Amino acid sequence: MSALFASIPAMILLTGLLVAASGALLGTFLVLRGAAMQTDAISHAIVLGIVLVWMMTGARSGPVVVAGAALAGLATVLLSEALARSGRVRMDAAIGLVFPALFALGVLLINLNARNIHLDVHTVLLGEIGFVWLHTHHVAGIRVPVAVLSLGVVLALNAGFVALFWKELKLATFDPALAAAMGFAPALLFNGLLALTSATAVAAFDAVGAVMFIAFVIVPPATALLLTDRLAPLLAWALAIGAASVGLGYVLAQYWDVSIAGMMASAAGAFFALALVLAPGRGIVAQELRRHAQRVDADCRALVAHLHSHREGPERAEESTARALEEHLRWSAQRARRAILEGHDRGLLRREGRLLALTEAGLATARQMMAAGRPHMPGQDPETDTVPLKR
Amino acid sequence: MTWATGLLGSHAVQNVAIGAMMLGACAGALGCFALLRRQSLLGDAVSHAALPGICLGFLVAGGRELPALLAGALLAGGLGALSVQLILRRTRLKTDAALGIVLSVFFAVGVVLLTHIQGRGGAAQAGLSSFLFGQAAAILRGDLVVIGGLSVAALAVVALLWKEFKLLSFDPDFARAQGLPVARLEVLLTLVIAVAIVVGLQLVGVVLMVALLVAPAAAARQWARGLGSMVLLAALFGATSGLAGALASAGMRGLSTGPVVVLFATAIVAVSLLLAPRRGLLWDALRRASARRRLAGTDVLVTLHGVGQAHDDPAYPVEGGMVDAAHGLASARTLARLRSEGMVRAVTRPPETRAHWELTPLGRARAEAALRGNSGEETA
Repeated sequence: MSALFASIPAMILLTGLLVAASGALLGTFLVLRGAAMQTDAISHAIVLGIVLVWMMTGARSGPVVVAGAALAGLATVLLSEALARSGRVRMDAAIGLVFPALFALGVLLINLNARNIHLDVHTVLLGEIGFVWLHTHHVAGIRVPVAVLSLGVVLALNAGFVALFWKELKLATFDPALAAAMGFAPALLFNGLLALTSATAVAAFDAVGAVMFIAFVIVPPATALLLTDRLAPLLAWALAIGAASVGLGYVLAQYWDVSIAGMMASAAGAFFALALVLAPGRGIVAQELRRHAQRVDADCRALVAHLHSHREGPERAEESTARALEEHLRWSAQRARRAILEGHDRGLLRREGRLLALTEAGLATARQMMAAGRPHMPGQDPETDTVPLKR
Repeated sequence: MTWATGLLGSHAVQNVAIGAMMLGACAGALGCFALLRRQSLLGDAVSHAALPGICLGFLVAGGRELPALLAGALLAGGLGALSVQLILRRTRLKTDAALGIVLSVFFAVGVVLLTHIQGRGGAAQAGLSSFLFGQAAAILRGDLVVIGGLSVAALAVVALLWKEFKLLSFDPDFARAQGLPVARLEVLLTLVIAVAIVVGLQLVGVVLMVALLVAPAAAARQWARGLGSMVLLAALFGATSGLAGALASAGMRGLSTGPVVVLFATAIVAVSLLLAPRRGLLWDALRRASARRRLAGTDVLVTLHGVGQAHDDPAYPVEGGMVDAAHGLASARTLARLRSEGMVRAVTRPPETRAHWELTPLGRARAEAALRGNSGEETA
C-alpha cells in the first residue's frame, strides 16, 4: 500500500483517474442539460474565490478554500443568469461578460500579490500534475498526496450525489417541467450539481488547471453520447473513456516529454474524434454509408419506375437502355451502372439483348410503387422525385 | 499626471499604446457582429483554439516571428470554428458541448506543444507565454505594421460588405430569401471575427479574449440606436480599454495587460448597463419605483369597490395580495395611507390570518365619484 503511494507514476495516474471520474459523473448531466459551457465559466471564476479566501484567511488549501471557490463558481453562474434575465444581453454574452471579469480580477490580484501567494498564473491555467507528490499528508502512517486526498473526497461527494439523486437527476435532465410539477425542484438540484462542479474544479485545478478540467468534464461524456442512448451506459462509457484518456495521455506524455495533463486532455480529444468518425450507427462513416445506401436504393427504384412506364410502345427501344438513364435522367454513367447492378442484385431486372427489362419481381415492385400513389414522372429530376424508401 | 505624460513620452510606451488601441478598436468593432449573431462564446472557443496554431507558427518559423504566429493562430482558430460546425452538423451534441470540446481539446494540444517548445530550451519561448494572458509590452514597432494591416483589412471587409453583414446579423432568413449566399457570407464573417480575435490575443491573451470581443459590443448596444453607431462606439470602448490596459501594465511591473484591459472594459459595461438612456437598468428601477408611488389611492378604492359589487356586498373584505395582483404592484403602502385617511378599514376574516380590507362609507363615496368621472379628486 505504502509502496503504491510512494510511486510517483502511480500517484500521477491516480490523480488523473480521480479527476476523470469526478468529471465524468458531473459532465454526463451537464452535457445532457446543455450547460457544458458553465463548466468553462466556473473553472475560471474559482480562481477569484481561491485568491479572495487567501487574502482574507491566508489559507491556501482546505475546506475554507473549497467553500470559497465553490461560492465564486456559483456566483458566476447566478450572475450570468441574472444578467441574461435583465434582458439587456443574451445568455451567451452574459457568460462571456461575467466569468472573464471575475477571472481577470483573480489574475490581477495574483499579479499584485505575486511575492506572497504561491500561485502563479501559469499553474492556474495549466496545472502541474507532475508535482502532485510534492505536497503530501500523513493518513494512517502513509504519505498520501494532498491532491489525491481532496480529489478522493470530492469524488466520493459526486458519486454520493449522483447515486442519491439518480432518479431525480434523470427526470430533471430529460423532462425538467415534469420534475418541477412533481416537486423535485430541478433548479435546486441543478445548482447543487454546479456547486459540486465548482468544488471539483478547486480540487482538480492544482493538478490539471482550469482549461484541462473543462476537457475532463465535457469531452468523455460527449464522446459517450455518440456511442449510446441510455443514461447508465452513458455514464459507464464516460468513465471508461476518461480513464483511457488518462492512461494513454500519461504514456504519450512520458514518451514525448510534454505536459502530462495536456496530453491526457488531448487523448480525450482523440477519442472524441475517433468516435465522431467511426461510432457505430452515428459516426460520420456510418452516416455516409447510410446515405450512399439510401441513394442507391432510391436510384434503383427510380430505374424500376422508369422501365415500368416505358415497358411497351415504340419508345421502349430507346428508353430501356443505360444510355437513356444518362441522357434523359441526366445520371452519370457511374450512377446508372450502380443502379442497374443494384437492380440485378435484387432480381428486379434482367438484360434482353441490348435492352433492360423488368423481371416479375420488378413488375411487382413497380406496381406496388404506383399503388403507393407516387408514380414516377419520367424526365423529372429523380433526386427530388424518389419513391418512399420504406413502407 | 507627470507619471502619465512621462510614460507617453517614451517610444516603447507609444508603440504599446498605439498597438493596444488598434487591437481594442478592431476587436470591439467586430465583436458587435459576434454579439448580435449570438456567437459570443464561439469567440472564446476560437481564441483558445488559436494556441496550438501559435505554437506551430513558432516551430515552423523557428522563432517569435509575429506573421508566422498570427498565420498559425488564424489557421488553428479557423479550424476550431469549423470543428464546432462539424460537430453540430454531424452529431446531436448541443452548441455548448461543441464549444467546450473544441475549446478544451485545442487548448490542451496547445499546452502540449508549448511544453514541447519549452523542453527544447531557448529563452524565446518567453514570448509565447505572453499569449496566455497578454503582454502589450511585447508589441514591437515592427509588429505595429502587421497588427495595423490586419485590423484595417478586417475592417475594410466589414465596410465593403456592410449591408450584407447587417442583414445576416439581424435577419438571416430574410437574407437567404433575398438570394444572398448566406453560407459563404457566414464563413467570411466568422473568418473576419477570427482575424480580430487572433490580432487581439497579443493584448489580452487566449483566455480573456472573449471579454474584449463581447464587452465593448455589449456596452455599445446600450447606447446606440443603429448598427453603425454601435460599431463605432464599440471600437471606441475597445480602444479606450486597450489604452488603459497598456498604460497600467507599462506603469506597474509584473502586471499582465489582459486582466487590466478586461476589467476596464467590464467597468464600461457596468456603467452602460446601469446608466445608458432608455435601456439603463437604473432608469428601469426608478420607473418601477415611481409607478409604485403613483399607484393612486383612487385606483385601489375603485378596485375594492369593483370586488364588492361582484360579491353584492359593498363592504366585501378583500385580501391585500389580491389588490397587489389586480394592479401588478405592491399596494401595502397605499392601503396604509388610505387607512389613515379613513377610506378603508383592516379586518380579519378567520380562518385566514392575513389582513383584509374593506371600504368605509367615505371610501365608497370616493370610489363612486371616481367611477362617475371625477377622477380629479385623487387622494394622493
